[in-house]
Amino acid sequence: MAMNDVGRPTRLVAGTGAVAETFTGNRALMLEEPLLFERGSLDTSGVDLPPVPPVPDRLGGLARDGVIGLPGFSEPEAVRHYTRLSRQNYAIDLGIFPLGSCTMKHNPRLNEKMARLPGFADIHPLQPQSTVQGALELIDVLADWLMKLTGMPAVAMSPKAGAHGELCGMLAIRAALDARGDERRVVLVPESAHGTNPATAAFCGFTVENIPANARGRVDLDALLARLGPDVAAVMITNPNTCGLFEPDLKTIADAVHAAGGYVYCDGANFNAIVGRVRPGDLGVDAMHINLHKTFSTPHGGGGPGSGPVVLSAALAPFAPIPFVRKTANGLELVEEDTAATHAADSFGRMVAFHGQMGMFVRALAYMMSHGADGLRQVAEDAVLNANYVLASLKDLYTAPFADSGPCMHEALFSDDFLDGTGLTTLDLAKALIDEGFHPMTMYFPLVVHGAMLVEPTETESKANLDQLIGAMRHVATQMLADPDAWRAAPHFAPRRRLDETLAARRPVLGYKDEAA
Amino acid sequence: MRYLPLSDADRSAMLATIGAADIDALFADVPAEAVLDGPIAGLPNHASEMAVERALVKMAGKNLTASTTPFFVGCGAYKHHVPASVDMVIQRGEFLTAYTPYQPEIAQGTLQVLFEFQTQVARLTGMEVANASMYDGSTAMTEAVFMARRITRRPKCIVSAGVHPHYTSVLKTLTRFTGDVVEAGTPSFTRGAPGDDLASLIAQIDAETSCVVVQNPNLFGHIADLTPLADACHKAGALLIVVVTEIVSLGVMKSPGEMGADIVVGEGQSLGAGLLFGGPYLGLFACREKHVRQMPGRLCGETVDASGKRGFVLTLSTREQHIRREKATSNICTNSGLIALAFSAHLSLLGEKGLRHLAALNHARAVQLAERLGRVPGVTLLNGPFFNEFTLDLGREARPVVRKLAEKGVLGGVSLGRLWPGEKALQNGLIVAVTETATDEDFDAFEDALDEVMA
Repeated sequence: MAMNDVGRPTRLVAGTGAVAETFTGNRALMLEEPLLFERGSLDTSGVDLPPVPPVPDRLGGLARDGVIGLPGFSEPEAVRHYTRLSRQNYAIDLGIFPLGSCTMKHNPRLNEKMARLPGFADIHPLQPQSTVQGALELIDVLADWLMKLTGMPAVAMSPKAGAHGELCGMLAIRAALDARGDERRVVLVPESAHGTNPATAAFCGFTVENIPANARGRVDLDALLARLGPDVAAVMITNPNTCGLFEPDLKTIADAVHAAGGYVYCDGANFNAIVGRVRPGDLGVDAMHINLHKTFSTPHGGGGPGSGPVVLSAALAPFAPIPFVRKTANGLELVEEDTAATHAADSFGRMVAFHGQMGMFVRALAYMMSHGADGLRQVAEDAVLNANYVLASLKDLYTAPFADSGPCMHEALFSDDFLDGTGLTTLDLAKALIDEGFHPMTMYFPLVVHGAMLVEPTETESKANLDQLIGAMRHVATQMLADPDAWRAAPHFAPRRRLDETLAARRPVLGYKDEAA
Repeated sequence: MRYLPLSDADRSAMLATIGAADIDALFADVPAEAVLDGPIAGLPNHASEMAVERALVKMAGKNLTASTTPFFVGCGAYKHHVPASVDMVIQRGEFLTAYTPYQPEIAQGTLQVLFEFQTQVARLTGMEVANASMYDGSTAMTEAVFMARRITRRPKCIVSAGVHPHYTSVLKTLTRFTGDVVEAGTPSFTRGAPGDDLASLIAQIDAETSCVVVQNPNLFGHIADLTPLADACHKAGALLIVVVTEIVSLGVMKSPGEMGADIVVGEGQSLGAGLLFGGPYLGLFACREKHVRQMPGRLCGETVDASGKRGFVLTLSTREQHIRREKATSNICTNSGLIALAFSAHLSLLGEKGLRHLAALNHARAVQLAERLGRVPGVTLLNGPFFNEFTLDLGREARPVVRKLAEKGVLGGVSLGRLWPGEKALQNGLIVAVTETATDEDFDAFEDALDEVMA
């Protein structure tokens, strides 16, 4: 019989050894929560409003009749519903979130407080510009930080996320080519690139060709140089790349691409590894997006919102999207029209309805000012140190395909080759880590190694946290090799066991259906 | 540095474990000419919380905030009261600091919220399915046009002149290199039905038309029965895309689904988000179930776990770029998860009863103000039917009037001249939005100020 250290024996289900089901389905602090549509009521509201003045309507006969089907909660019910749901989520606030390529670092709370200042949160994008000079100043100051940190002469602020920033950069390249009547259309993308890179290039009317990696996990320089020619519009390179390695030949590549008449797009998703230590502008980059929600700590919010400003070289700057902020004798001006009158006639146009992710701009600037130039340099150093510490502490047990070629940058890449013969995979290992109280690393990306596990600790983890993660990863791997059969069904202790994703895709249920319906 | 936990002793111990002499050894792959010796010049060093707060409070103080002044600005972003508990919910660290739910066993909170959100959006718009959100209304509209082209395999998209011009601009930018043909007209400044004319849209539909895009209420606040347009689209084998930028309107108005829309997109900022100077906002996207596999963006679906319990996962991801690469339905990766949570929490606090009340209140207050402003000498109300936004003909250029109103502390709307600087026929137009937040005192102040400026 299982016995607690203190107190009564745990009650077991007769004959099975399993702990009994409870009446509610809850287990102490693990609380089940029904759907809003099962709990709320059409007659309940948690908002008190003044009465509607009795005036004849002017809806032109378009008044809605019938039930919409939107249940409501009183405030206590709503607060409890969402609080209970929140507790079924893992989050950075709970523990290390080593998701490679995602830079899940601590989100400072000062940034949240600043973003909620009414002067930033309670202003309308179409107010007269004279009434929002402080907001335009914030955008201008943030732009200045981004340009100085990257060594680039221009920045487009409006893209709403990383992939949107990529689109901005590639549209600028396409517009620059069109402006000079150049019909080159091939974009070279390394095999290890984020899937968004080829998707974006195709969207801008380019044809994508893959460039292989060399044995050291970097772009194969000879293959790339051999492919350059008058049909190549651009090369898209991630640096540090998605294997967590610095591309030492980027400057050589950029010079060759420029000599051949093309442009260099750099995916800046991994800027956290080099911020304050290396400026992409010094490496010949023409355009690079910066994920404010990665390097500059704006919260991921369970999948957005992001923010993806794009720094641009002098060659691409005239093609930047509207709107943008410009200094004038009378203060700051928001240029909203791409016409000769506004000196923005070459702009490729507008990408979003308004001016970009202001709420994210405030958070990112608070983060930058807090760290300063010295602190940001320390960020890169500690991020790289932490990743190399993980690599060094695991490479004897986990397969580390590129560890022989030197240090990694901000993330450590492993493959599941060491599990060969066990029948276990990266997925099983990831799910076992969930039971140990960690969010797993990125799985199966990049595609260039088998069963990839990409671990990005970030600089905001202490050595003690890393030691615990390393200990858990060693424990799980060792046990898996010793007794594979015990590890096929994790997680056991999460709010849910493994979920049937095949069923979800085969018979999609994408919304709640009332029993009566 | 308050955000960096490593001590110098930790760093030395870790370098020893790694076998590196110093930190520079870890950056050995960086070419020597690109290595910076010290902190980047021209930027300040680290600062205390106090110092950062002082600097940003000063910047924020230079802006005129909506809640401290009579405020009537709309055109795609609306000032609604957001209950205090909504902000509390989105500041829960478990929501705020989570990633996209790629490990569903430990992300059921986010996933259940998205499932509830999708259900709410589908019901509100009168459609069968909705996705887990997109960047904003304008990008959602563009994605809808691409979706219509994939479904119909036709190139031409007809955009009503009543669609927000920034949305149409975004569409034009993003279709420059895709082969899509966009036909967009110039708005009319007509009494009774400003903006667009459904009959002429119907006349434009031909065998090459993939879709017609129409906004309801349109930018000028005018509302219309879209049923004849939907019928005409379907007869010609085209799809009807309806844009809704003021989602509160659906608490009192017939839904686009009821009028025959095939795809409904919108801006969800009105519920939960606040004004935020334009972002982050919330793209809404809903469609008929038969088209779901052509839908862009993330989708959350119901399933069961290994012990048979209900659970939720991201699904149908074979449409997405991380699997399909250059053949993906869209290059979009991120959605607007936290703002979707704010929207869903605000809407569940309102409930059906509260939303209907809120919408009726917005409408009645707008009717009251429209009648008052329509009596100001020189001012004519252009709208027949409208929801909470209407267009005034000032009989003179509206841009300077807006500036003069602002000098008197009244944010009195958006001039059509700001949105269409090149269109002479529109320069006298002022678009005024009224929500539940405007008081009788605000109405008085607006009417008095407009009276003075017009005199």
